[in-house]
Amino acid sequence: MSASGWIEIAIYVAVLTALTPVIGGYLAGVFEGRVAFLGAVERPLYRLLRVDPQGGQSWRAYARTVLVFSALCFVVLYAILRTQTIHPFNPQEMSSGTWDVSFNTAASFVTNTNWQFYGGETTMTYFSQMAGLAVQNFVSAGVGIAVLIAVIRGFAARSGSSLGVFWVDFTRAILYVLLPISIVGALFLVSQGVIQNLSAYASFSTLAGGEQTLALGPVASQEIIKVLGTNGGGFFNVNAAMPFENPSGVTNFFLMLMILLIPAGLTATFGRMVGSRRQGWTLYVAMLLMFSVAVAVVYVAEANGSPAQQLAGIEGGNLEGKETRFGIGSSALFSAITTVASSGAVNAAFDSLTGIGGLVPMASLSTGEVIFGGVGSGLYGMLLFVLLAVFLGGLMVGRTPEFLGKKIEQREIKLVAIGTLAVPFLVLACTAFVIGTPINAPSVYNPGPQGFSETFYAYLSQANNNGSAFAGFTGYSQPNGTNEGASGISWADGLGGVAMLLGRFGPLLVALAVAGSLAGKRVSPAGPGTMRTDTGTFVTLLVAAIGLVALLTFVPAFLLGPVVQGLSDQLF
Amino acid sequence: MRNDLISSALAVVVFTLLLGLAYPLVVTGLAQVAFPNEAGGSQLTRSASSAARGERAGEVVGSRLIGQDFRGRPRYFQSRPSATRHRADATFFNNLGPNSRALKDRFDANVARYVRREGVPASRVPADAVQFSASGVDPHISEDNAAIQARRVARVRGADLPRVRALVAEHTDGRGLGVLGEPGVNVLELNLALDQAGSR
Repeated sequence: MSASGWIEIAIYVAVLTALTPVIGGYLAGVFEGRVAFLGAVERPLYRLLRVDPQGGQSWRAYARTVLVFSALCFVVLYAILRTQTIHPFNPQEMSSGTWDVSFNTAASFVTNTNWQFYGGETTMTYFSQMAGLAVQNFVSAGVGIAVLIAVIRGFAARSGSSLGVFWVDFTRAILYVLLPISIVGALFLVSQGVIQNLSAYASFSTLAGGEQTLALGPVASQEIIKVLGTNGGGFFNVNAAMPFENPSGVTNFFLMLMILLIPAGLTATFGRMVGSRRQGWTLYVAMLLMFSVAVAVVYVAEANGSPAQQLAGIEGGNLEGKETRFGIGSSALFSAITTVASSGAVNAAFDSLTGIGGLVPMASLSTGEVIFGGVGSGLYGMLLFVLLAVFLGGLMVGRTPEFLGKKIEQREIKLVAIGTLAVPFLVLACTAFVIGTPINAPSVYNPGPQGFSETFYAYLSQANNNGSAFAGFTGYSQPNGTNEGASGISWADGLGGVAMLLGRFGPLLVALAVAGSLAGKRVSPAGPGTMRTDTGTFVTLLVAAIGLVALLTFVPAFLLGPVVQGLSDQLF
Repeated sequence: MRNDLISSALAVVVFTLLLGLAYPLVVTGLAQVAFPNEAGGSQLTRSASSAARGERAGEVVGSRLIGQDFRGRPRYFQSRPSATRHRADATFFNNLGPNSRALKDRFDANVARYVRREGVPASRVPADAVQFSASGVDPHISEDNAAIQARRVARVRGADLPRVRALVAEHTDGRGLGVLGEPGVNVLELNLALDQAGSR
C-alpha cells in the first residue's frame, strides 16, 4: 500500500461528491423539460418516430414500449454479428460469430451487461463495434435512464397515473447527456493516447528482431460510452488493461470517474424530482459507505499478496494480472468501482485477484448492483431496497410504512420481494444447475475453489448485468484465435444469455409496476410519528437491509469459493 | 403494440445512423486532425542513427504504449513477463487463481531466472519483474526493476552506469498529475534511446 494510493481514492471520492449535484441538477433539468436547447432537433425527430411528446404513458404502456424496442434491438444486433462477412469497415476480414456466442453477445449488449465471451480484436469488425456494440452501449444506457426517470415520476406524482413518454425520456437521455459527454470525452481520451482510426492492423519487426502486430480501430469513441453508460464491454479482449484503451494514470482516473458520474448524479436528480435534495443525499451516502468499505478491503487484500506469491517469496503485493502504470492502488479502486456500478470494465485480471480481493467484486454484485449500480437500473433497484427498509422500519415501530408521504402497502411489498429476490434466485439456480452437471466442465479453467468462483461469478455477473468476469470461465473455443473454425460452448452461452435477459427485464418491470402503483396514491403530510427516511438512522437501516438480503442469500457460495482461498495457504 | 413496433423500427434506424456511424466517424475525423499521432497508436520509428544494421530509418519499430519481447537479448532492458508473448492483436488474461500451484511454480521459475540474469538475491526481486501484467503488453516496468537491470545493461554494453541511469530517469513516466497511478519506466523507448546513444 502506498500513501499515493489512498490519496487517489480520497481525491476520487471528493471529485465524485462534488460532481454529483452538478450532473444531477442538469439531469433533473433535462427530464423536467427546463433544459431544451436542442428543441429544434427533437421536434422533427418525434414527428419522424410518430410520437406525441405531450402524451403520457401508464406504467404498462411505458413497459411495453421498452420491451418492444429492446426486442427489436436484440434482433438487429444478432443479425449484425451473424453477417460480418458483408460488413464495410472490415479491414481484417473477420468472419461471422457462431449462433450461440452471437446470442450471448446480443443479449449482453441489449441488457447493458457487456459480458464478453467474444474477443474484441480477434472477432469483431469495426462495423460491428461501431454500429452494433457501441450503439447498444448508448441505447441500453438510455433505456436505463428513461426507466428510472419514469419510476421517479411515480414516486413523485401528486395525481394521475402517467409516468411520462418513453421516447421523449430516451431521446433526451441520448441527445442531452450521453452523446455530448461522449464526443468531448472521446477527444480527450485520444489526446491522452487512446487510439481512434479505421486502419488495418499494423505489423512490423520489433527492436529485438521479433514480429508484432498492433490491433487498431475506433477505440476512443467506444471507450467513453462504455464507461459513461456503465456498459463495460471492451474493444479489446483485456478491456481497459490494454494500453490502447487506457494508457495512463490520468485516463484511468477519468474512466473511473465516468463510470460513476451518472449513477451518482441520478441520486441528486431523484432528490430534486421528489422535492427533497436531502433524500437524494441520503441515498448517496448509503451508497458511498458501502462503496468505501469495498475499496478499502480490496486494496488491503491485494497489497497483502496471494498465497502463490508469498510461498514463492515475492514481496510487494499481488501484481499478477495488473499493469505497472496502475499498480495495486488504482487497480483496486477501478475493480471496486466497476463492480458496485454495473460497468464490468476491468483494468486488471479478476481471476488473479487474491481470495478476499476477489470476494469484494462478488459481494458488490450480490447486492443486486444497487451501490450506484448501472445508469438508471442501479437507482431503481436501490429504490426497491428503500421500500424494503421502510417496510422493516414500519414493522419495528408498528406503523404503516410510508415513503415520501405515500403508504407502502401489500401490493408494493409483494413486488419489492419479487424484485429483490428474483435475481439472487436466478444466480443460485443457474450456478447450482451447472455445477451439478457435466455441462460446466468445458467452461472452467482453474481447478479447486477458484473453478467454483469462476462459475459462480459468471452467473452472478450476467444475471446482475455487470459483465466483469473471472475470465478463465469461457463460452467460446477459438482454435485459430478468430471466428474462423471457432465453436461456442452452447450451454454456457445460452444459459448466460437467458440469465442476462431475465436479470435485466425482471427488475425493470417490477420497478415500473411499483411506480405505477405509487403514482396514483395520495400524499399524506408528515406527522410527528412518521418515520423519517432522510437521516443517518435510515442510512443504517437501508445498508442493513441490503446487507441482510445479500448475506442470507450468498454467504454459503462465498464460503465455497473466495473465502476458502482467502483463509488458506493451500495450493490447488 | 403496432405503434410501438413502428416507432421502435424507426428509432433503431435513426439512432444507428447517428450513434453507430455519424458519431464514431466524426470523432475519427476530428481525432485524425487534432491528434494524428495518438489516434494512430503512438507509433515509434527507427531514427537514422539507430537504424545501423541494414534497417531503414523511418521504419515503424513499435508503439510507445505497447510493450515488446526482449528475452534473450541482455543488451536490452527486459519487459514484464507476458502471458501472450507480447501479442498486441490477440490479448488475453492469464487467469490463474491466487492459490494455484501452477502459478507458484511459474513464480519460482521467474524468480530463479531473474536472480541468474541480474545477480541479485531472491529477496530483492521486484514483484513486477516476475508476475504477468494484465494486458500482456505492459509498456512499463517499475523503477526498482529498472534500477536493478541498469547494472547488467551497462555491463553488457560496456556503457557508463550513470549514463544508463540518466536514460532510465529520462524515460520514466511519473504518476498522472503527480498522484494518479504509479510511475513506470517505458522499456521500448528506453531501449531505443540506448541504441541511439550507443551508435553515436
